[in-house]
Amino acid sequence: MQTHIESSSPARAAVANVGRSRGFLERWSFAILAVLLLAALPLSLDVFRLGLAAKFLSLGFCAVGIVLIWGYGGILSLGQGVFFGLGSYMMAMFLKLESTGADSSAQALSSFFGSSLPDFMVWNSIEALPWWWEPFHHVWFTLPAIVLLPALLAFVLAYANFRKRVGGVYFSIITLALSAILSIVIIGQQGVTGGVNGINDFRTFLGVNLDEDRVKIAMYFVTCVLLLACVAVGRFLLRSRLGKVLVAIRDREDRVRFSGYDPALFKAFVFAVAAIFSSIGGALFTMQVGLASPSLVGIVPSVEMVIYAAVGGRLSLVGAVYGAVLVGAAKTFFSENFVEYWMYFIGVLFVVVVMFLPDGLAGLIARVRARRSKAPTPATAPLATATGVAK
Amino acid sequence: MTVDMFAMQAFTGLSIFTILMLMALGLAIVFGLMGVINMAHGELMAMGAYTSYGTALFFQKFMPSLMDAYVFVGIVLAFIVTSVFGFLLERGLIRFLYRRPLDTLLATWGLSLILQQVFRQFIDAKEVEVPTVSWLKGAWQVTEGIALPLSRLFIIVLAIVTAAVVYMILFRTRAGLRIRAVTQNRVMAGAAGIDTARVDALSFAFGCGLAGIAGSSFTMLASTGPTTGQQYIVDTFIVVVFGGVESLLGTISSAFLIGQMQSWFEFGLGGSMARASILALVIAVLYFRPNGLFAAKVRR
Amino acid sequence: MSRRNFIRNSGLVAAASAVSFPMLNIRSAGAAETVKVGILHSLTGTIAIAEKSVVDAEMLAIEEINKAGGVMGMRIEPVIEDGASDWPTFAEKARKLLERDKVAAVMGCYTSASRKAVLPVFEKLKGLLYYPTYYEGLEQSPNIMYTAQEATQSVIAAMEWLAKNKGKSFYMIGSDYIWPRTTIKIAKATLARLGGKLVGEGYYPLGHIEFSSEINKIKAAKPDVILNCVVGGSNVAFFKQLAAAGITGKSQTILSLAVSEEEVSGIGADNTVGTLTCMGYFESLKNPANDRFVKAFKAKYGANRVTGDTLACGYTSVYLWKLAAEKAKSFDVAKVVAASSGLEFDGPEGKVKFHTANHHLWKHARIGMFKPDGQVDMIHESPLIEPNPFPKL
Repeated sequence: MQTHIESSSPARAAVANVGRSRGFLERWSFAILAVLLLAALPLSLDVFRLGLAAKFLSLGFCAVGIVLIWGYGGILSLGQGVFFGLGSYMMAMFLKLESTGADSSAQALSSFFGSSLPDFMVWNSIEALPWWWEPFHHVWFTLPAIVLLPALLAFVLAYANFRKRVGGVYFSIITLALSAILSIVIIGQQGVTGGVNGINDFRTFLGVNLDEDRVKIAMYFVTCVLLLACVAVGRFLLRSRLGKVLVAIRDREDRVRFSGYDPALFKAFVFAVAAIFSSIGGALFTMQVGLASPSLVGIVPSVEMVIYAAVGGRLSLVGAVYGAVLVGAAKTFFSENFVEYWMYFIGVLFVVVVMFLPDGLAGLIARVRARRSKAPTPATAPLATATGVAK
Repeated sequence: MTVDMFAMQAFTGLSIFTILMLMALGLAIVFGLMGVINMAHGELMAMGAYTSYGTALFFQKFMPSLMDAYVFVGIVLAFIVTSVFGFLLERGLIRFLYRRPLDTLLATWGLSLILQQVFRQFIDAKEVEVPTVSWLKGAWQVTEGIALPLSRLFIIVLAIVTAAVVYMILFRTRAGLRIRAVTQNRVMAGAAGIDTARVDALSFAFGCGLAGIAGSSFTMLASTGPTTGQQYIVDTFIVVVFGGVESLLGTISSAFLIGQMQSWFEFGLGGSMARASILALVIAVLYFRPNGLFAAKVRR
Repeated sequence: MSRRNFIRNSGLVAAASAVSFPMLNIRSAGAAETVKVGILHSLTGTIAIAEKSVVDAEMLAIEEINKAGGVMGMRIEPVIEDGASDWPTFAEKARKLLERDKVAAVMGCYTSASRKAVLPVFEKLKGLLYYPTYYEGLEQSPNIMYTAQEATQSVIAAMEWLAKNKGKSFYMIGSDYIWPRTTIKIAKATLARLGGKLVGEGYYPLGHIEFSSEINKIKAAKPDVILNCVVGGSNVAFFKQLAAAGITGKSQTILSLAVSEEEVSGIGADNTVGTLTCMGYFESLKNPANDRFVKAFKAKYGANRVTGDTLACGYTSVYLWKLAAEKAKSFDVAKVVAASSGLEFDGPEGKVKFHTANHHLWKHARIGMFKPDGQVDMIHESPLIEPNPFPKL
């Protein structure tokens, strides 16, 4: 069992690791990921499996964001589902408005009820489209909104709380409560949100049929490119001075504050970036799966997203992508082949990863290489300081 | 609103308070004092409930004449089963993770998935019926308009007794002294000759046992099924955090406040809105009191 | 349950072209003459409580059919998938069943949300879904056969019977999602038509376990009838707390629209005794098909297991598909759907008949009272009611 010593020297090592390139894998990890995603997977999977991979990758956006805020910022968010959900719902609102009245079953409904609102509004006796739905008729509003609205919400929420020095486990519980609230509100206000059914049954995006195979393949590549872009943005942030301040805040917030920085501002900024990632992932998820659902907003998916990051390695942006894909693939594989037992596999996977691979796959690779080269292992991460409660 | 109605609502608030308190006491020790984020705490309650179920089946089969007393046996057994499980859990898993509290969250989340599937596969995928003993059925008719359900009265008494016992153990016994010493300063406590590892294991087991008691008694009010634990876990955490981690009194006070809010909000706003507003209020309060409502003043 | 071979499957599909033809045409020759049928329910997660036993009933029907020689001489090979109480997972698994396994039909879904999630998949891939759960209506997909009652087939009949026999002031309570909300909406419209009065209504999140405030309100409102649309585990809490507050079936008319014998086994029969339920099927129904069904079910799964409305509908679904396929002499979805029009079957709930146009079944609405053993005494049976998924309110 690997032990972690609470001191700041490994923290510096971690900072240095980000900036300085080390072995082959570290140096080329981004390129390897790009080759895997853009060439290896599309060549080896059929359209159905590729669609599944795209679904996992869209959850990977959240995991990348979690690595940023948790691994490097020391903020554990159990509410990334909120931002994922916002992105997902905004995209769904746009798609729903586009398809309303366009396909046959919607026409059957609207001719029956004499109204051309989205189906769930019709059967909830909503007479007119709520004002906040109106802008989602336009793609030029929807796409920027998917980026900006969650960022704004995340920044305001996080800045207010961090300024008050709400931190550690309290902030985690706040985000947890937030995801519970959003899912309750969505389910409760079903006339305008679709309730527990979510928003579904849309088929086109700007006139392109989302169900066609070539569109699905194209969507996969769009997802990959955006995800790689997010990883790149994350790397850029961490290598910049902002990243260094962030890690310093994680390890010794008071010292950073005494040095004249405003830690709340830095933390809130990174939190907002992670929210944007999640929101983009949510929007892509909706386009691929064809629905927005409150089951992706609540507590369970939010915790699962953290687990993706943990499996991949909480200090590795690239690892987060692998984590999301591997956990997703494991779920699919086990549930298809061992219907009765797959829950055990997943549960055991989580326990094993936490117990024996505290730094996830990235940590495993680092350890294997360190052993091979017989070099003194640089301690992987100052997790105890990063995680909050025990002080 | 009539006087009767007011009295009934006040009683409802009291009842929810004691239920929340009973739920949260175990977690207040495990999470509040020891810093272990145990997401499987709800499943431990379910385990307590299933223990009660097993006890009831046993009594029905072998000692139907003593059926009326099974509820006490069930509670005691639930405490024993869950605390033994908790002890093993601490030795086998949790103790490796004390320095990484948020990792316990992930590991215990995995554990909760495993436990749910165990319940589903080896007991029943559906809810099981845990019978309520005959002397706890019905209500105590105080006046014509005021009827107090006996099962709720029982839980109120049980919660108060449990809270008193927890308080006595923590603050009036040597064992409690050791627990507090270890949680306040592990190194110093160890230097003073306390076997910290043993204290950790026993306090974790004690916290889990309290979850068992809670789960066992809730069979009178709610369902017992594989996902029962999920119904409790969020509320439990919110009560502990709202009151202020590291403060037993805070946990009790926050259970009281949330219980009252739930009772009156549900009366005024209806179920779904009440729940959303309580959560929003909790967020608002945590904003103004970042370390919980009743946090001890700690210099950071 | 058959263990499927992952590698073999993926090999098969890799061999097939990327563009899939979901229809399974009758395979020529070969010793293993089988036809695949998908079963898609939640085996894990919160809804597994209700759905797992539906799988049992469907598997029973498949086993019986296979023993009796299969469908057109072909053995049914069930492919079970777990929707995990998660709607996107349902969509994923539906796609997998249709694209990879190329099942001829799927028996599946319990919640409306899961059906809504798979609906586009079935329509796009031209699959066929048999949906065996009572639901709120407002839907009619060319690729779905609805084998349980839609809202008008239970709630309107129940309201009319209650208003005539039990009184006209109602308190309505439900879980907070589309089925209870729509059902209560129809109930309220019916109540207004009958000249009754609504004295209160309340909605609680799924899985809610604290009803004492609502019970206080009910006590204050003193309704003639409590219409209960609470769903799932919350029912256990609701009934236990009602009983603890002194409201029981003896003193108060309580009619539940989502409580069958199955749920009672979790709630406890002494908490529901004397309360009413409205369903299309009760285990206590007396007819030869039901005797066979109940006997076979208990023989296979244990004498202490009970059946219920969705189980009977799941069981019936498999047979309805078999009959339709035999009538059409094909597993082609369009032909099976066409052959289903007006198709009759003597199932556990008596005679059922597909509507000629709207994919739903003609059904009896049956009102019964729970007995101390958890079984139901039928006290009212409507004639066969025409399904109408889009009622005028």
